[in-house]
Amino acid sequence: MLIYTLRRILIMIPILFMVSIVVFSLALAMPGDALSGQIDPTNADPEYIEERREELGLNDPIHVQYGSWAANILQWDFGRSFQHQMDVTQLIGTRLPNTILLSVMSLIITYILAFYMGKYAGRNPYTKGDYAVQGVNYLMLAIPSFVAALFAIFIFAFQLGWFPSTGSVGSGLEQGTMAYWGSKIYHTFLPALVLGMLTTASYTQFLRNDMVESAQKDYVRTARAKGTDENTIYNKHILRNSIIPIVTLFGFDIASIIGGAVIIETIFSYRGIGELLVASISNRDSAVVMAIFLMLSVATLIGNLLADLLYGIIDPRIRVG
Amino acid sequence: MNQQEPLLEVDGLHTGFTIDGDMHYAVNNVSFSVKPKEVVCIVGESGCGKSVMSLSIMDLLPKHNGKIDKGAIRFQGRDLTMLSDKEMNHIRGRDISMIFQEPMTALNPVLTIGFQMDEVLMNHTDLKADEIRRRSVSLLDQVGISRSDQIVNEYPHQLSGGMRQRVMIAMAIACQPKLLIADEPTTALDVTVQAQILELIQKIQDEVGMAMLLITHDLGVVAEMADRVVVMYAGQVVEDTDVDTLFHDPKHPYTKALLRSIPRMDEKQEELDTIKGIVPSLKNMPQQGCRFVDRCPEAMDKCREIDPQLGEEAQNHAVRCLLYDASFPNEQKQRGVGS
Repeated sequence: MLIYTLRRILIMIPILFMVSIVVFSLALAMPGDALSGQIDPTNADPEYIEERREELGLNDPIHVQYGSWAANILQWDFGRSFQHQMDVTQLIGTRLPNTILLSVMSLIITYILAFYMGKYAGRNPYTKGDYAVQGVNYLMLAIPSFVAALFAIFIFAFQLGWFPSTGSVGSGLEQGTMAYWGSKIYHTFLPALVLGMLTTASYTQFLRNDMVESAQKDYVRTARAKGTDENTIYNKHILRNSIIPIVTLFGFDIASIIGGAVIIETIFSYRGIGELLVASISNRDSAVVMAIFLMLSVATLIGNLLADLLYGIIDPRIRVG
Repeated sequence: MNQQEPLLEVDGLHTGFTIDGDMHYAVNNVSFSVKPKEVVCIVGESGCGKSVMSLSIMDLLPKHNGKIDKGAIRFQGRDLTMLSDKEMNHIRGRDISMIFQEPMTALNPVLTIGFQMDEVLMNHTDLKADEIRRRSVSLLDQVGISRSDQIVNEYPHQLSGGMRQRVMIAMAIACQPKLLIADEPTTALDVTVQAQILELIQKIQDEVGMAMLLITHDLGVVAEMADRVVVMYAGQVVEDTDVDTLFHDPKHPYTKALLRSIPRMDEKQEELDTIKGIVPSLKNMPQQGCRFVDRCPEAMDKCREIDPQLGEEAQNHAVRCLLYDASFPNEQKQRGVGS
């Protein structure tokens, strides 16, 4: 297990190297550069622009630019955000906890909803309850998250007033207090729910279908032949098998949730990484954009590793040495 | 034969499947009985309703479309078809247990052998966990599994087919059942392993003193194991007698044909005898007359019109064929006129 994990981590190095080249090229391909977002070219002295470009290394050959960028990253220096006038690491540091909170809450909501809905529908297939669950599923799958987000804000924030419509924390609260964290969770709930909608639907459907299929398996018949009651059959024999595909999806979801967060955070004006990414792209704040892209890549790779390791833990047939 | 009370009595059983809204009987008016400690073999080709019959006894039919429609299954005098799921759970695994055909899929792949062994005892005894585990290990010893104390912590995929079937047998005998139903327990195994497993089943049947309902299409197994044989064809019992009579004085043309199709060591034969044609499928079951008529070498015209009844041909020997039907006039019993 340990050797397997270490090997997987080693394999990440060349992958990350290639990802970094792609990310760097994308940033180069973006119209404008770090400088053009900050100054008004019609109003500035061309000599000054040239001077600044030289100073920032923007006139160096591309491979030299990449080399210095990559070398800095290896020293945990992701550059400086022109927009926010602070180090990118520091900037991301202020936003990351919000996104992590959003993702974790979204995953928790997803898993709780999907587990109970999927288990119910899987145990009572082709009944009214099952069709109701599937109806909700199709709705969640069919509505684009930005539409759902607007609906959620309209209904739960404006009409019912249950949740705040924007922000990630209430104002005037001291950091670290219970009230502060309560307010954070309160602010996060609605975006987390909408963010988890798509995954909830697919997990529920996965779990339901797998349970319906597993219920036909020979080993279920064996369990019945032993006089095992239905509850144990479903909770031990069937669920233990059906949970496998869902757990493996968990790793892949880490990436897709952060991807979804870009849209959701922007709509909810939730101060997280996703909102920062969108703002930085429009501001040509390429240092930030590159750092976030790299971070997402690492998150995806770690997610996949986690998925594989979890797979081995939960399914004895795939257990790694 | 002693006149003991039967342990299991299947009486006029009709089990069917709903296909496109219609009920089709896979088991049609089947009656037979099993006495305590008796080994009854059910023989017949694939598709004769043998497995459906055994699943009916255990109430393990696929819930969405399989159903016992008519008839009774009396076990020690209680009609199993009338019992609730909960009452059935008390009987399954304790009084009646079952071994299946496919050992490769019959065990849960993600649970340890130990857990799956313990489960039977957990369901039916009040023993403590460590005592249950000790019993499981000794049961595995009993079915000839070496390193049983390690095997309990392993998973099914780590065992061979023969070992898995041994585990299934160990589970089945854990509560010393009165009846063991074995549905083609050796069909999926290698020939060498088949003999070992049969020997094991026979030994354990003897030790535990349980009755056994052995479903097979292997007449060699029948000769080896059976006290009594029930021959099934297309969902019906066509002949029911003791094993000696079956091999030495078979009556029904189907039974005779089955016996002819066994390869023999003492005769030189270029080509093996087979029964032409196949068992009619559920949806194409003849509605009138004998179900074997199209494949029967002794068929008569009347066979297409009259439903033969299962009649006592002699003491302890029932046959479902017009040729042996006392109510059918003898002069019309000219063979081979029909097809």
